[in-house]
Amino acid sequence: METILFYVFSTFMVVSALMVITVHNPVRAAFFLVLTFFAAAAVWLLLEAEFLAVILIIVYVGAVMVLFLFVVMMLDVNIAELKSGFVKNLPIAVAVALAMFGTIYFVVGGNQFDIHNFVPPARHAADYSNISELGKVLYTEYVFSFEIAAVILLVGIIAAISLTLRRRPNTRHQKVEEQVAVKSTDRLRVVKLEPKERK
Amino acid sequence: MLDLILSIYEIPVINILVKIVAILVPLLLTVAYFTYIERKVIGYMQVRIGPNRVGPRGWLQPIADAMKLMFKEIIFPSGANRVLFIIAPTLAISTALAAWAVVPFGAEMVLADINVALLYILAMTSIGVYGVILAGWASNSKYAIMSTLRTAAQVVSYEIAMGFALVGVVMAARSLNIGEIVMGQSGSGILGWYMWPLLPLFVIYFVSGVAETNRAPFDVAEGESEIVAGFHVEYSGILFAIFFLAEYANMILISVLAALMFMGGWLSPFADVSFLGLGSSFLAGSSIIWLISKTAIFMFLFLWFRATFPRYRYDQIMRLGWKVFIPITIVWIYVVGIMYYMELAPWFTKG
Repeated sequence: METILFYVFSTFMVVSALMVITVHNPVRAAFFLVLTFFAAAAVWLLLEAEFLAVILIIVYVGAVMVLFLFVVMMLDVNIAELKSGFVKNLPIAVAVALAMFGTIYFVVGGNQFDIHNFVPPARHAADYSNISELGKVLYTEYVFSFEIAAVILLVGIIAAISLTLRRRPNTRHQKVEEQVAVKSTDRLRVVKLEPKERK
Repeated sequence: MLDLILSIYEIPVINILVKIVAILVPLLLTVAYFTYIERKVIGYMQVRIGPNRVGPRGWLQPIADAMKLMFKEIIFPSGANRVLFIIAPTLAISTALAAWAVVPFGAEMVLADINVALLYILAMTSIGVYGVILAGWASNSKYAIMSTLRTAAQVVSYEIAMGFALVGVVMAARSLNIGEIVMGQSGSGILGWYMWPLLPLFVIYFVSGVAETNRAPFDVAEGESEIVAGFHVEYSGILFAIFFLAEYANMILISVLAALMFMGGWLSPFADVSFLGLGSSFLAGSSIIWLISKTAIFMFLFLWFRATFPRYRYDQIMRLGWKVFIPITIVWIYVVGIMYYMELAPWFTKG
């Protein structure tokens, strides 16, 4: 049963990953990438890594791909222009792809990662919690690398924000603090008017 | 005969299917009558009567509405992507309903008792955004795509505040399992609920929930005064009804989660309060009635907000989410850490 599920989801993953790079429409490509993430999450679930699986969906499907789609939807991508350099760049692309495939085959292929060299990992009991195990390891053994990763991410955030932040002194911005601090007396003046005498 | 039925019920697939039906049928009925109650409540708040023509006191109004929408024609806009046009509402409703799989209705009453329940719900709500995005893009309409961009940005922003608010709950309960979160609030009646130590997070959670579901005062997704009807402007008939259904199912989901995580779920507010002398009577016992009444409070709040608050401006929505809610939640997570460290009774003493 698990093997069947594994093959179903892996086929799904490989096919949708192929679709990502072959479909012409960039928005469809993004949607196929979402499908790829889904299949990957399902495979992780089969490995009893439920925390990673759900986080993959929350972070990549729920946030990253939404922003991707935003950009892709707003850009007016000219498909013909994208395809124009295809023949010209083909030899280089094939060479790079072959080199990468060769490297991967050299490392992963052959006998050393053969399935018969490994004992299948034991199934955990129902009360096994992937999250608490992960938390224990992350906050004790690897706390230093965890913190370094956090700092690098923070630097990334600050860099991204400072890149997009440009001061344009001529634009008229809303001053939120003034809007919040406004009182009814600033906007409204009650004037007492004497009724006019009719002549 | 009874033995036969019981033995059929023992088959795992049948068992799960029966439970799914037992969750979905009351849920969909609630959705239908929630729309009726919404119109009635807002009607009374605005000194109108609301629907009162179909059936006695208008009770058959939601059924009439559903029939009308079902028999209406589905119009595909020219240039629309037909497949994605149909997938979009399907995605919206399926995620809205799938999230209910991990919602417990009692100590043992839960369909899928999983460890990552809270994260699963967050994942489902974040996938729900794709219903909106797909709908806007597949409609091939500029009004729809404008609304899609607004909605997606809003939902993604408020998801962060919501996630941070839930971090506080997880810290207090030391678990992501919703059943364990509820049981972490047991022991001292109404004072044991997490809404007291986590009051800012509780408020932020619910307001973010209102923003997540695109309800007033954050309903710029379909702000009638600016952008016609929003991302589902091109949808008609049953496809529109499905979006409608998903929105209300999500509202009920947010309400039930608020009740479970901050107000003790099915626990009685009078449980273990000795001076009341209720002992083990019905009022002090935990039951699904408590969960339903607590959920009803939040569902009513949704309607109350809609009837009373003017719509936020879009930049104000973004400011509220990013510059007010997220800093407050981060500060309060520190406060929760301190309370945890000091083992503040009665919330942080267990375990």
